Amino acid sequence: MSSTLINGLFVFMLAAFIGFEVIRRVSPLLHTPLMSLTNALDAIAVVGAIVLVGRHESRLSYWLGMLAVIAATSNIVGGFLITDRMLKMFKSSRPTKP
Amino acid sequence: MNTLPVTQPVIEITYLVASVLFILSLKWMSSPSTARHGIWAGEIGMLLAIGGTLLQHGIVDYTGIAIALVLGTCVGIPLGMVQMTAVPQRTALSHAFGALCVTLVGTAEFYLRSPDIPRFTMAVLSAEVILGSLTFTGSLMAAGKLQEILPQRPLTYKGQNLVNLLFLAVAVAGAGYLVLHPGVREVFPMMMGISLLFGVLMIIPIGGADMPTVISLLNSYAGLSAAAMGFVVDSKLLIIAGALDGSSGFILSVIMSKAMNRSFGNVLFGAFGQVQAAAVAGQEAKTARSATAEEAAAILSAANKVVIIPGYGMAVAQAQHKVRELYDALSKRGVDVRFAIHPVAGRMPGHMNVLLAEADIPYDRLVEMDDINGEFSQTDVALVIGANDVTNPAARTDTSSPIFGMPILDVDKARTVMVIKRSMSPGFAGIDNPLYYLDKTLMLFGDAKSFVNDIVRELAGGGNN
Repeated sequence: MSSTLINGLFVFMLAAFIGFEVIRRVSPLLHTPLMSLTNALDAIAVVGAIVLVGRHESRLSYWLGMLAVIAATSNIVGGFLITDRMLKMFKSSRPTKP
Repeated sequence: MNTLPVTQPVIEITYLVASVLFILSLKWMSSPSTARHGIWAGEIGMLLAIGGTLLQHGIVDYTGIAIALVLGTCVGIPLGMVQMTAVPQRTALSHAFGALCVTLVGTAEFYLRSPDIPRFTMAVLSAEVILGSLTFTGSLMAAGKLQEILPQRPLTYKGQNLVNLLFLAVAVAGAGYLVLHPGVREVFPMMMGISLLFGVLMIIPIGGADMPTVISLLNSYAGLSAAAMGFVVDSKLLIIAGALDGSSGFILSVIMSKAMNRSFGNVLFGAFGQVQAAAVAGQEAKTARSATAEEAAAILSAANKVVIIPGYGMAVAQAQHKVRELYDALSKRGVDVRFAIHPVAGRMPGHMNVLLAEADIPYDRLVEMDDINGEFSQTDVALVIGANDVTNPAARTDTSSPIFGMPILDVDKARTVMVIKRSMSPGFAGIDNPLYYLDKTLMLFGDAKSFVNDIVRELAGGGNN
């Protein structure tokens, strides 16, 4: 195992802990938007796919990358869009109620 | 991977900033007042990361990238505009897309690098492809069940768990072989094919009632496969995003399984629908009292505290906007109206809150199970609309009930209980509900939407006379 892999494991472990602590505090009220948001953030996998397309190393990697970029981008766009639509609907009764 | 010495630090810094923004984005989701900042943080982080990636040395084909980004946007916009009742299937579909992306990149990386793949990399690459493939088909199956294209009833047969585990074992064995012999390319498609098949088989025995847990679990798998991809392509940003998504899905699945009083293993290997069939029998004939909309309106307007218990049946009947009118009419008369939300109300975690928020019901009126259960004894009327099993007192008392031990809303402790229901037929899980036969319970038979409408009309008419 090289040191980059060890570094990766450290990063994974720390991020998982942060994830647990941060997400435990999310109100159950917002669990649906939370899931669509993490889904959009997860689509950051698009960076790996962009590199595949951009480098164009083989025909196979290019076309698989294309498809992967399309799938991930649709998650980014759709995920942020629907999360925003959902959160816009949550209104409190305390400030000026329509 | 030779990168220019000047741009490399810039790229790394964009990734670092994006990681910070992603964590802040989730942190701001903790309350509805800051949640929308979370989206902006996420969006900025995403743009930075994509921008940084485009600077990377070795990228020559910008046209291809642009075309794919535009096509992805075209697919994404309609997926972001679906109705709120369809959010669970949309979410399942996006788990599938996320997993598809990860699987495709993993496949491309394998064929580019094989046979020179270090053992650890090959192991993570296999994990990426196995998890990605099974999440892809599993999520498609879940989306199909939620959209009711596929049958909701669990399909089971003898020895199913053994067969499923066998498939998974073969896929893992394939991965093990590849770790030792990364040059034997034929094993790769076999491993992927079996994982794809396993994803389908995994969801077949799972019934509609378990969908909230399954969606969360698939969310977790999608995150873990992305984190594995982060190791393969050596991207810390991706490892972080995957770990966040994986832990989020994991926490949500734990909450969901607890709310159904089941273990993970039970959800995946249990096939809930089967167990109940036997338990329904053995009920003596009992009578339930029914009431009209007029009587219901009279009782509601005389109450001080009303708790409404919405279930998925309310959303199916598209009654949430009528329920909002009822809420307004009662609030105007000074009645304190709140909504009791069971964690598994709806088809995914938090779904019911979204459906009620869409109908403009203020979120501070939506109260979680643990917070409202103590207050039912001081509640004048509990109005159940389209919910069933989550109000079943048998879960507390009847050890022979298949839902015994499941946390429920203590509706039966309210002074008067009213249940809007089409008929006396048992609910999703097929279990009879003793709540309906209590002396204090009034059954309001009819379609949720039209019945609530009738009550609202009675309340309005009563005010004018």
